[in-house]
Order: sequence, then C-alpha cells, then structure tokens
Amino acid sequence: MSFFGKLTWSAIPFNQPIPLITSIVVLLALAAVAAWVTIRGWWPYLWNEYITSTDHKRIGVMYIVLALVMLVRGFSDAIMMRAQQAVAVGQSQGYLPPEHYDQIFSAHGTIMIFFMAMPFMIGLMNFVVPLQLGVRDVAFPTMNNVSFWLTASGVLLVNLSLFIGVFARTGWLAFPPLSEKAFSPDVGVDYYLVALQISGVGTLLTGVNFVTTILKIRAPGMSYMRMPVFCWTSLATNLLIIAAFPVLTATLALLMLDRYLGFHFFTNDGGGNSMLYMNLIWMWGHPEVYILILPAFGIYSEVVSTFSGKPLFGYRSMVFATLAICILSFTVWLHHFFTMGAGADVNAIFGIASMLIAIPTGVKIFNWLFTMYGGRVRFTVPMHYAIGFMITFVFGGLTGVLMAIPPVDFVVHNSLFLVAHFHNVIIGGVVFGAMAGYTYWFPKAFGFTLDERIGKAIFWCWFIGFYLAFMPLYVLGLMGATRRMQHYDDPSWQPWNIAALVGALFILVAIVLTVVQLLYSIRTRDKRRDLTGDPWDGRTLEWLTLSPPPHYNFAVLPDVHGEEAYWHRKQEAIERDKLIPEPDYQPIEMPLNTPVGVICAFFASVCGFAVIWYIWWLAILGLIGAFAVFVWYAWRDEHEHVIPVEEVIANARERRRIRMENLHQLSQST
Amino acid sequence: MTSSEAATIGLTHHASEDTGLGQRGPESKSIVVPYGFWLFVLSDIVLFSALFATYASLVHATDGGPVTGQLFDRTTVAIETLALLVSSFVCGLAMIAAKRKNLLWTQTWLLLTGLLGFVFLVIELTEFAGMIRIGAGPQRSAFLSSFFTLVGCHGAHVTAGLLWIGTMMAQIWAKGFREHIVRRLLCLSIFWHALDIIWVAIFTIVYLIGTLP
Repeated sequence: MSFFGKLTWSAIPFNQPIPLITSIVVLLALAAVAAWVTIRGWWPYLWNEYITSTDHKRIGVMYIVLALVMLVRGFSDAIMMRAQQAVAVGQSQGYLPPEHYDQIFSAHGTIMIFFMAMPFMIGLMNFVVPLQLGVRDVAFPTMNNVSFWLTASGVLLVNLSLFIGVFARTGWLAFPPLSEKAFSPDVGVDYYLVALQISGVGTLLTGVNFVTTILKIRAPGMSYMRMPVFCWTSLATNLLIIAAFPVLTATLALLMLDRYLGFHFFTNDGGGNSMLYMNLIWMWGHPEVYILILPAFGIYSEVVSTFSGKPLFGYRSMVFATLAICILSFTVWLHHFFTMGAGADVNAIFGIASMLIAIPTGVKIFNWLFTMYGGRVRFTVPMHYAIGFMITFVFGGLTGVLMAIPPVDFVVHNSLFLVAHFHNVIIGGVVFGAMAGYTYWFPKAFGFTLDERIGKAIFWCWFIGFYLAFMPLYVLGLMGATRRMQHYDDPSWQPWNIAALVGALFILVAIVLTVVQLLYSIRTRDKRRDLTGDPWDGRTLEWLTLSPPPHYNFAVLPDVHGEEAYWHRKQEAIERDKLIPEPDYQPIEMPLNTPVGVICAFFASVCGFAVIWYIWWLAILGLIGAFAVFVWYAWRDEHEHVIPVEEVIANARERRRIRMENLHQLSQST
Repeated sequence: MTSSEAATIGLTHHASEDTGLGQRGPESKSIVVPYGFWLFVLSDIVLFSALFATYASLVHATDGGPVTGQLFDRTTVAIETLALLVSSFVCGLAMIAAKRKNLLWTQTWLLLTGLLGFVFLVIELTEFAGMIRIGAGPQRSAFLSSFFTLVGCHGAHVTAGLLWIGTMMAQIWAKGFREHIVRRLLCLSIFWHALDIIWVAIFTIVYLIGTLP
C-alpha cells in the first residue's frame, strides 16, 4: 500500500463527462460563492454569526440552508433517473450506463433522507423548539454546533465521492452481500458508510440535546400538557433518534468490519447472515420514517390551528397519538422484508402491527380536519401545504396499509409500487411539512415574509408534480416494473415513465421558484417587514418575541398559565388594552461562540476521507487532532458572556412600544 | 456534608426541588448535564443491545470452527470481572473524596480506578491474543466475529474511559474542584458504572452461558 493508500489520479473521473463536468461546475460555483463572500467582506460576519454560533436560531438556519442545497443535489439525481427511464426502452440504452445509474439512485436516496429531510426537520426543530418552550437556548448549545458540523462533514464526504472515486452502487441502505467487499470492492460503499457514521454521531447528539431541552429546560409554568404539539412531536422524534440511531451506528460498523477486516457478519461464507443486516438496518430504518414524519405532523398542527383561528382539536389525543406512533414504530420493522420467509405467523403479526399505526395516524388526520371545521380558515401558503398533505398523505397511508398485508406485499415487493408509496408519504408528508414550516417560520427568522403569490405557485408545482410523477409509478408497479431499473424491454411502460418525467419537471419548476421566491422576497423585504413579531396571529410563544428575535430570545422568561401560552396572554392584553407590567430585567448570561464544532468536523472529515482511501497515518492524525481539540475545549475557563442589563432593557422597551402600538389597533378593531 | 457540598456534585439542586419535571423554569446545570449524559449512556446501551442481538443470532454460526465452550475460561473471566467491579467501587471512593474536595485521595482513587481498568484490558487483550494464536480470530467464523465485536466494543469503551480518567486527573490537578469539573467527574463515574452494567450482561450471556456444560 502506497503513501496515499488506494488514492491515485485514476480516482478522478477524467473519462466520464457527466461527473467531470458536474464536478467542475460545482467547484466553480463554490469558488464563485467564496469569491463573492470575500469581495463583500462577509467572512468575519459569517464566522462570528453563523459558523461558530451557538445560537439555536442560527444553527437552525444553517441546517435548513444545507437541506435546501442538498434538495437541489438530490433532485438532480432524481430528474436524471426519470429522464433515463423515459428513454431507456427496447433498443435504446438511454444516456446513463448501469454503473453510473446505480450510483445515482443510491446517492439520491442517501442524500434525500440523511442530508435533505433530516437536516430540514432538525433545522426547524432547532429554530422553533426553544422559542416555543419560552427559553433562551437548547440544553447544550456548543454540542448543537458540533452536531451541525458533523452533519455537514457527512454531506461533504458524500458529495466528494462525485469528484474523487465513486459512490455506492448498492441502493440507499447498502444491503449485503452486494455491499460486501467481494461484490463492491471499490470505495463507493466506504464513502457511504463513513459519511453516515460521522453524520450519525451528529444526529445522535442532536437527539440527546433536544430530549434534555424539552424535558428539563422550559419556561416557568410550561408543564408537559401545556407544550405546543410541535414540541411534543419533536420530543417523540428525538426519543426515536436516541433509541434508533445507535442501532444504525452498530449495523454500519459491523458492515465496516466485514469490509475492512474480513469479519463474517453478513458475508455468504464463514457463517455470515445477510438477513441479520436486514433486521438490524430496519430496526433503525422504520423508526427513521417516523423521525422524519413526526416533526412534520407537529408543523401541520401549528399551521392548521393558527390559520383556522382555533385551538388544536383534541390536543391530548394528538399527544397520545404521537407517543403511540413513537412506540409502535419499533414493532413493525419486519414489514420491509416480508419476502424473507419468516413464516406466516411472524408475517401476520408484523402485518397487523403495521396496520395498527394507521389508527393513531387517523386520529391525527381527524383532529386536523376538526380543527378546521367551524374555524375561519385563511388559505395561506402553509395552509395550502397542510391541506395538500391531508389529501396526499391519506393516499400514501392507504397504499401503506395495502402493503402491510403480506400476500399483497409479496406481489409488489421491490416494485415501483413501493417506490410510489414511500414517495407519496415522504413528499406528501415530510417535504410538504418542511415547506410549510419554512414558509411559516421564515418571517420569525428574518423579519420579513416570503412572497405569497410565488409561494402558492411553488405549492401547486409540488402538488401537481408529485401526482404526475408518482401515480404512474403505482401503475407501473402493478404492471410488474421493479425498482432501480436502468433499462426495460416492455414498450407499454414508456408512456407512464414519460408522464412521470413531466411530473419531475413540475417539481423542477417548484425548486427553481423556491430560489426565485427567496431572491424576490429579499429584494422586496422593505414592503414585507414583520414589525410586530406576530405576522400570522399566532398562538405559541415564538410569536411573543420580535422578528428576528434577539440572541437571548426573551428578555424575561415568559410565565405560562395555560395551554396556548401566547394566545391567552395576547387576548388578555387586547381586552385590557395594556401589556403586563414591566418585569424586573436582569443581565443575561449567554454561551460564547466557539470554533470547536467546525474544527472537530474538519478532523472528522480528514479522518473519514483517510479511512475511505486506506490512508492509515492520516486517519490516526485525524483522531489525534480531534482528541486534542476536545481537550483544548475542555480546558477553557470562559463559558458564558453577559449581556448587560441596559441592553436588555433597551431591547425590551422597544418591543413593548411596538406591541402597544399594535395592541391599540387590535383593541380598537374588536 | 453541607448542602452546598452536595450541590457541587449534583446531589441536590436549586431550581425545582419538588417536582423535577422542569415546570418551574429551566433546571440548573447540575441537573441538566448529568441528565443529558445519562441519555447518551442509554443510547450507548442501545448500541450494545444491537451487538448482543447480533451475538445471540450468530453464536451457533461457527462454520465448523471452535465453539464457545472450547474457548472461554471461567477463571480468567472471573479475575477480569473482579478487576472491573472493584474499579467501579474505587471510582465511587473517588467521588466521595471529590465531594470532600480532597485532592490527594481523589487523584489516588482515580489512579487506582484507571489501573484496575488497565488490568482488565490487559487480561482481555491477552485472551484475544491467545484466541487469535490458535486460529480462533474474528475472521474465522460469524460467531467469532460477533464475539470479538461485542467484547471488543466494551473494551474500546474501557480504553476511552482510561483516556478520560487521565484527562480528568490532569484537569482536577490544574483547575481544582470547580463546579463544571466536578460535573464532568460525575459524568465520568456514570460512564464507568454503565460499563459495569454492560460487562455483567457480557459476563452472563457470553461467558457463563457459553461455558455451561
């Protein structure tokens, strides 16, 4: 083995135009962004306010930016696949050779789940949860920063595989024996494994951080049954992270041991058992589905309640349904491989358990419908997503219940029917939820709203695009089309695939419009300022403070006296036409910024890259570096900085002045 | 022990003494930090549960190679276990010394904790080396892969614990018993005791059941 392990010049795809040109374009784009930031002199601002920030709001924004960039990357993969399938029939092999096509679908799944949906949801939780709980930050602000940068490190490694080497050709869960050394000898699977191990640590730390925050750090009087539903669903999600992600770490570690050291966990020889991998990975994988969808359920709850002008119908049943889903999600993993042949009894039990999940989910759907019933519904952009979700998700749920019947699953297993099903629940559930949350909380983050007209266009493009792209896949699945096909022979499948491509083009327009909406809203921000901090007539505590909130969120932690903490406070103020008496302001201690997250992620990336390419000396250097940073950080003496009381008072009085003005208008109108 | 001393090591807290549910506002750091660390330890136990499940499903997949009864020696494991359990007891003594802010005894007990942990590791590595020497290494069969991974993962945790003990000793020596340092010490002791819990499971499931006649 040479000094650079397996790494040679042949790792760079000089002879493959698509990855080469993509690499060059991405590198140029990155260089352009870096140059722009340098010319504008924004580095100090970015470094101090974002990169090293321990502020949960800033970290949340960084997560969402990361997620949006990865949405573009993951979608590029998607539209390449749809274009390939629209043409690769009969004599035509399309434009993507199989070894490239296989990397694309693997990267698409990996990126969309781990680096788009997860960061999007974690970003929204980061931004919203401490505000809704009425506190100043999460339990471990520095660890929060570390979590983000470890996720970013995973993103870096996965995308690096485009320029240097190859990515996995094994699908997004890298099932053995295909993913074993014998059948995937190149670095593709190693990129996959290492990137997920590093970002998985980040996710686990997020889980620990948020469970601690929600259970231990809340405003006075915020008892469990007074927490907004988004906090409840976030709690459930983070409990699932703590209980499920270690299983992923263990499973991927076992596969790494097989690949790197010749162990026999999942190999064909030596007594290995590849079905063990299926069980382990889905022990994580099924809860993962709920890790993604539960925060989205929380977002819909907030959105539906706010824009119906009513408290959420059946708050308690919503909480219990959330926790029921949380527990049931651990009892159904086997339905991902009914075809394993565990026998009729086992399959029946898991089939019934899977169907049971439809009950709490149904409770939720009815709760949202009844919240709207009798309300004065405002059809804003987030509400469009919420209603679009209710329609779409019920379809997805129904096909899910259908596939929970083992004999039916035997027919459609690994077919495009399955692909259509999980896109139906993930786009109709998670993506719609993420977009609703993005639009809903954007003014809180930046102090101005997103353009409503473009926002509705984006929604319709997603909505129509989803149906056009995935309903044909249900049909194709029933016609016998399996997933992950680079080429097919039956010409009667082609029209459906072309329809699906048209759907993907609609989604392309949605994504382009999302960028347009952002740029247009920034340019016209002076016309769309949120001066009151409460642009939607909200009901939860994040709308109590200004938009954007000060670093410390609340000058004094709000006192909570019932459900819908902010709504009651607001109504009382409107009734009496005055705010609560000015409290006794104190200086505020806030955690210091720290570069430890980004340095840690640097060493993690170096170490990860070295492991992928068998450069052992570099891997050891990376580990030593990471430990040195850890000790250096542990040695610090300054933990917090104090915001002087004068500054707190000045900000708080300004907020009260704005609130009073707004209050007078409201009081006069009622 | 005075109440302020108890507060230093996190035995009592100020913010919400009566409920513990965080209804009276954010809990103090002496609650939040060990609580978060406990959650992390629980996640670690979940990780081990996956390894235990793997071991349980592969223990008979010996591929014609050695089986459990031929490899494990109860006497060695008994000594190993004793070393680890005593180290946990000594770790408890270190915590009591820290509570009294007694630098000398805290450092002595921590050093002894680490030494006993080291003895445990040496015995474990000797056992591993012996098995590899007779051709019963982790590449031999799925059973041995899962054995080395489960036991080795615990050993890796002990190694990390030793690194941590060393770092903690240096910190206490350099900075004394400051509040956040004592909090870290508490987390270290949680970690060290959790390794015992996992070891008891390994001892039972791997070694005791594995050497049944």
